[in-house]
Amino acid sequence: MEKIINITVKVWRQNGPKDKGRFETFKLNNISTDNSFLEMLDILNEQLINENKEPVAFDHDCREGICGMCSLYINGRPHGPDDDVTTCQLHMRKFKDGQTVTIEPWRSAAFPVIKDLIVDRRAFDKIIAAGGYVSVNTGGIPDANSIAIPKVDADEAMDSASCIGCGACVAACKNGSAMLFVSAKVSHLALLPQGRVEGARRAKAMVAKMDELGFGSCTNTGACEVECPKNISLSNIARLNREFLSAKFKD
Amino acid sequence: MSKINARIPEGPLAQKWTNYKDHQKLVNPSNKRKLDIIIVGTGLAGASAAASLGELGFNVKNFCIQDSPRRAHSIAAQGGINAAKNYPNDGDSVFRLFYDTIKGGDYRAREANVHRLAEVSNSIIDQCVAQGVPFAREYGGLLDNRSFGGAQVSRTFYAKGQTGQQLLLGAYQALMRQVDLGTVTLYTRTELVDIVVVDGKARGIITRDLVTGELKRHFAHAVVLATGGYGNTFFLSTNAMGSNGSALIKAYHKGAMFANPCYAQIHPTCIPVHGESQSKLTLMSESLRNDGRIWVPKKKEDAEAIRAGKLKPTQIAEENRDYYLERRYPAFGNLVPRDVASRAAKERCDAGFGVGTGLAVYLDFKSSIERLGQKTIEARYGNLFQMYEKIVDENPYETPMMIYPAIHYTMGGIWVDYELQTNISGLFCCGEANFSDHGANRLGASALMQGLADGYFVLPYTIQNYLADEIATKRMTTNEPEFIEAEKAVKDRFAKLMSIKGTRSVDSLHKELGLVMWDFVGMGRNAAGLKIAIEKIAAIKKEFWSNVRIPGDLVGMNVELEKASRLADFIEIGELMARDGLNREESCGGHFREEYQTPEGEALRNDNEFAYVGCWEYKGDNVVPELHKEELVYESVKMVQRNYK
Repeated sequence: MEKIINITVKVWRQNGPKDKGRFETFKLNNISTDNSFLEMLDILNEQLINENKEPVAFDHDCREGICGMCSLYINGRPHGPDDDVTTCQLHMRKFKDGQTVTIEPWRSAAFPVIKDLIVDRRAFDKIIAAGGYVSVNTGGIPDANSIAIPKVDADEAMDSASCIGCGACVAACKNGSAMLFVSAKVSHLALLPQGRVEGARRAKAMVAKMDELGFGSCTNTGACEVECPKNISLSNIARLNREFLSAKFKD
Repeated sequence: MSKINARIPEGPLAQKWTNYKDHQKLVNPSNKRKLDIIIVGTGLAGASAAASLGELGFNVKNFCIQDSPRRAHSIAAQGGINAAKNYPNDGDSVFRLFYDTIKGGDYRAREANVHRLAEVSNSIIDQCVAQGVPFAREYGGLLDNRSFGGAQVSRTFYAKGQTGQQLLLGAYQALMRQVDLGTVTLYTRTELVDIVVVDGKARGIITRDLVTGELKRHFAHAVVLATGGYGNTFFLSTNAMGSNGSALIKAYHKGAMFANPCYAQIHPTCIPVHGESQSKLTLMSESLRNDGRIWVPKKKEDAEAIRAGKLKPTQIAEENRDYYLERRYPAFGNLVPRDVASRAAKERCDAGFGVGTGLAVYLDFKSSIERLGQKTIEARYGNLFQMYEKIVDENPYETPMMIYPAIHYTMGGIWVDYELQTNISGLFCCGEANFSDHGANRLGASALMQGLADGYFVLPYTIQNYLADEIATKRMTTNEPEFIEAEKAVKDRFAKLMSIKGTRSVDSLHKELGLVMWDFVGMGRNAAGLKIAIEKIAAIKKEFWSNVRIPGDLVGMNVELEKASRLADFIEIGELMARDGLNREESCGGHFREEYQTPEGEALRNDNEFAYVGCWEYKGDNVVPELHKEELVYESVKMVQRNYK
């Protein structure tokens, strides 16, 4: 049932990558628990604009949990206190009347802050560009049913392919590792016969790019899996390690 | 000579595309790398076009407003993508997909374009499978199909409830491969703010860097717009928050025709509005109508008791439920097209049978769960059920979902000819941004088909027919007067926006516009209401340009300034939608004029007077635009009243 709550929000403000940054605190009254978390931020921004202050900048787009653009670190957890959701799907019913809500950007060396809560995640695109694809051009392709793929493989590939590239795994990791992200793509493609062909090359190229861009190494603590809004499994990392090692042995 | 010529190839319908390809001009490989192409947008249409043109050897610049091309709103499409593969052996064919699309569009689409779409549909599935798109499969290892509204065959390929995501990632990965190879240069967090026309030909664009605020000039031999639809004119829609119609308005201001602006699709199955601070509406895939049954209480007193919280839907006995779609349309039942399903929901709610806030109906899975088991339903729709539960805090396995129609897609858009070229030479438009394939109503799972058809299999051919004549055109320096003037106009416009320093936030004005659109230019329209809308939109425009408040600076990231600039364009689109709706004195597809309906309440077309594409030409600020007509000639299909009974 809908309730009305009053909260205090502590928001990270930062004017650019070189600015030191600081927290600012605001009171927000009469927030409906049916509001999404981002609608609460909309209300805060409307309040700030009406006071002639600059609104808080935050990334968001689809607001239905699939584009991967929203990226907030809320009360110490990427995407906040609910499980298996992105920030845009988080609702205020997860917060109590009188609670203080602390909102920070993703913090990782590979994701520099652009402004306030917005970070630069182009490093993920660079990793995909290094090999996260099947090297086929448009056209001249055999019929879609010419290769039968076991349903279990297709389903498992689909689970790995569900990654939305939000970066919560990196934000959750003490080392700022992108292993869950990279392994999800490597697994998705390695599980399908179309992607299998380039499996070894892909694993090596993506891992090399990840290392080059300043992501840390895997901690093996599984924090990434816990915070992943799409339940991307740690078993993907195990598969990536196998792919990577067997590729190295072949060298 | 009319300003618009669809340039439909000669020959019988089924031969036109083949004939075209056999005789079009091509560009040889050594000339391709001398030619620059700008593509704006990285959704299904934009990313697939950029990747394909890069592979061919053209020099491509690709722009998006998000931090990554993978965020484009195609990613949110849930249900699936149509193709005429006929894998289930249930009677499908290219002609039948073509026919269903024409009929679904209420006979307001261009025959030749739609036939080509159906022809290339099968190649799209082949392409996506080769890219590693994990489509759903049967135990035998072959591809699975599901059915969608407006068709009696199962022709929809899907990847759980995340088909758009998987198709977009396929196109995105193909795009990133080209970025790595150096054929495509990517510009993220960069927005088109004007189009540059030199000697009647599109030669480039002006962009604004959304991080630094810097304006830049870009030259190209051809410019492609693939920026999606303008559904956010309504503020509340299923579109992403950043989806906007600004590129279309820039093209319109430069002389490109805006075609059928009033054709907006209202999707029947969205999560109902919860309150004033609502920021967007969430779609529940049409595929749910395969297994969900839509109903409201048969008795008004039951509906009232439910609204008052005194009764639960599960307490309403079977005989007291009105499965109104099954009752009214026994042949198609819950799978009638979207416009029909939306209007039927509005009709029941307006009559007092709505549940929830009164503006909601039930989508019930009880009988499917009994028939197939919860596991099967979970496998088919698990992520959608989870999404619903997170938003509404109710378990749809136990109690029926509540749904209501919401703005979802815009069939109207920039006018293009058969080659996807606008009436400005060298300016192309593909995907949802153009008007061409869906007529007055789009069938489910056809948007993904059109976006990828345009980008993978149509534009890479047709754009060469134009570029073959441009091989002698040297790259411009962007110091030409047209570039300088365009940049100055943009600079002045942004400075003007910042100088208003009023008291109203952008969102408060946008919400006001949205309410006017929903009330007067929404599911049911009439002449009096549309005239009121035009007046009210003019008042909002005045208020906007005199009283909007944009904090911050021109330099650096300024989200409110981005929003304000887009809202100014939405206001123009809103007016254009109302004007087009007022002109079109008939009901067709998503455009329902209350004055024109059959005794049973179905849309009543007027083929004698309105079998045309309404193309609007910009005539200046605050000047009524001029209407041009592209007559729709049907050679292979007979226009009849749509019948889903």
